[in-house]
Amino acid sequence: MSELRRTQKDIKGTYVTKGTVPFVTYVPFMSLERREFIRQGFAAGLLGLGALGSLGALGTLVGCSKVAAPAATAPAATTATAAPAAPAAQRWGLVIDPALLVKTQAFNAVAQACHSHHNVPQISDPKTEVKWIWQDDFAHCFEEMDSAYLPAALRELQFPVLCNHCENPVCVRVCPTQATFKRDDGIVDMDYHRCIGCRFCMTSCPYGARSLNFCDPQPYIAQVDPGYPTRMRGVVEKCNFCVERLAQGLPPHCVEASQGAILYGDLDDPASEVRQALAGSLSIRRRPELGTEPSVYYLLRGAESPTDAPKGGEPHA
Amino acid sequence: MYKPVRIVAFLLVILGLVLAPVWLNQGRVAAVPAPSLDTQAINALEERQCVESAAYMRAEHMLLLDSWRTAVVRDGATTYTSSAGRVYAMSLEDSCLGCHDNRAEFCDSCHAYVAAEPNCWSCHNGEEGVTGR
Repeated sequence: MSELRRTQKDIKGTYVTKGTVPFVTYVPFMSLERREFIRQGFAAGLLGLGALGSLGALGTLVGCSKVAAPAATAPAATTATAAPAAPAAQRWGLVIDPALLVKTQAFNAVAQACHSHHNVPQISDPKTEVKWIWQDDFAHCFEEMDSAYLPAALRELQFPVLCNHCENPVCVRVCPTQATFKRDDGIVDMDYHRCIGCRFCMTSCPYGARSLNFCDPQPYIAQVDPGYPTRMRGVVEKCNFCVERLAQGLPPHCVEASQGAILYGDLDDPASEVRQALAGSLSIRRRPELGTEPSVYYLLRGAESPTDAPKGGEPHA
Repeated sequence: MYKPVRIVAFLLVILGLVLAPVWLNQGRVAAVPAPSLDTQAINALEERQCVESAAYMRAEHMLLLDSWRTAVVRDGATTYTSSAGRVYAMSLEDSCLGCHDNRAEFCDSCHAYVAAEPNCWSCHNGEEGVTGR
């Protein structure tokens, strides 16, 4: 018995030793090391060949570098001199006066201008709808500031909400294909070509500012505006701060249609219109506690005061 | 079990299925595409010249468009300076399709010939003439 027990124990012990050392610890460690080595090799190779490769890549593919060379280098040259008419900004931002927007009743025109010019499909089902700018009340827009004793005027005020073009955009961090990215001027833009429709950005956006095209959007576009491309099924879209308009030196559509209730400008420029507006009034941002640093500000120019309120001016009992 | 008659018979059937396209298409020559440059915008040009040479555009227009796409969408660039020094707006709709507004006769003629199915038009379909709808 004792012999048998010892034999089993020995076999077991040998098996465990063999199993742990070569197959569990040693091999993965080695393979990780190999991967790291290969990665570093690739990185070194790319660094070394990077400059040469980027210049010669097109030429090599073409097979006649004489023709291709100017085409390959030209975009880089134009990037520097691009858009001479377009105003540059360090950080584009919007300042919205919701009370004024309600007073002028311009919101529908704002949404119409934005959605029609960007070929946003008008889908009525709220589960699959696509929207770049829409309205909601204080309790939904500024949940953390809500209280039971808010002035009725503020409670009933409608706030236009859209992509906040965050300084620290979560959507950009989670995007696995870098389809959404933050431009140097602070605008969070989308490259629809790269979007794979995984909806990580929709999950991560604290403002619900992104919509997926659950179905082919074409039938839901009443009139296609040739000035902006449409989208395909399975592509996420959102407000793009009208980058195509800024490039031409034009204001965003919402600003143009808002009759002065929405201002745009450089938040880093103390002399800009937006900074002047922010300096003259209390302003709030959506969910600032998250640290995303939204670039869309909402002015409260006495909107909380029942006497000055444009809508629901009578205090409710 | 070894059944040579069956095996050879089925091999012949399979070989026939595999080679059927070759046999059926034998002698049938697809017409070499002749993309049409006959559009109002091109005819109105003083100098009939694309952004780059025709040979380059024929071979590499997809790479050019890809670099334009990256430059416009990601870098915010708007203009392209050609190797001849001319400046163009980097826009598929305005620059490319502005002249070549005959998609069926220009783009599709070659793409169909080489069985390429670019999905440009699924989104860049603003104008009726360009969509081919």
